Amino acid sequence: MTTYPDAALVALADPTRRAIFESVAARPRAVGELADGLPVSRPAVSQHLRVLKNARLVVDRRSGNRRIYEVDPRGVEGLRRYLEQFWNQALPAFKAAVEKPQEDKP
Amino acid sequence: MTTQEAPTSVHSTVTVEAPIDRAFSVFTTGIGTWWPPSHHLLQGELAEMVFEPQVGGNIYDRSVDGNECRWARVLAYEPPARVVFSWDIATTWQLETDPDKTSEVEVRFVAETPQRTRVELEHRNLERHGAGWEQMSADVGSADGWGIGMQRFAAAAVA
Repeated sequence: MTTYPDAALVALADPTRRAIFESVAARPRAVGELADGLPVSRPAVSQHLRVLKNARLVVDRRSGNRRIYEVDPRGVEGLRRYLEQFWNQALPAFKAAVEKPQEDKP
Repeated sequence: MTTQEAPTSVHSTVTVEAPIDRAFSVFTTGIGTWWPPSHHLLQGELAEMVFEPQVGGNIYDRSVDGNECRWARVLAYEPPARVVFSWDIATTWQLETDPDKTSEVEVRFVAETPQRTRVELEHRNLERHGAGWEQMSADVGSADGWGIGMQRFAAAAVA
């Protein structure tokens, strides 16, 4: 099983899913509304939304007989994990640069 | 190299076999020698990264055709012990012009011996990037800048 936030990145690697996510990020929307704006069927949109939901990128809530999707406020965790990954790559590169033999005084 | 869990900050530590003065100068004015090459917002080919060594200075990328991307403000500059800079990168992977919506990076340098330095980094206040952070992930597939690094990361995650 893919763990979050890998799941988020994988989820967003699909262009259609990314388009759906961007629509939801712009403002909360129902499934039908998302399907109307994209060249994909409603069941396909639902399936993409399920992936996004599992990746903790979107949450849904009931509004009357409709289900409204919006971005998951816990998402800051995704940013944190991304930056953690970034710094854990960058600092070893920094270490290598510092420890590189010096030809001249910098 | 260690990391800690914290809700809105990232910690990372590295120990380098170098005197504190050198560790500080490579991290700051020498930033271009180690910064991950795929992580630039700049349009066009990178010519250099510049770290202006004073409070109020910027860290910026310059392209070969003269474009500049000033993505950080130097908030504290205390060689060789400490440096703090802002992270002015919006959730749209563009420059963030509202300082209230930026996070910050503090780096502390501790001499363990005259030839060994511990470097402690904290990237904090991530929540300031606000509710729109999601767009950062949404731009994973953008053809330029950080998107490329994110794509590689995504590819590695799939593999």
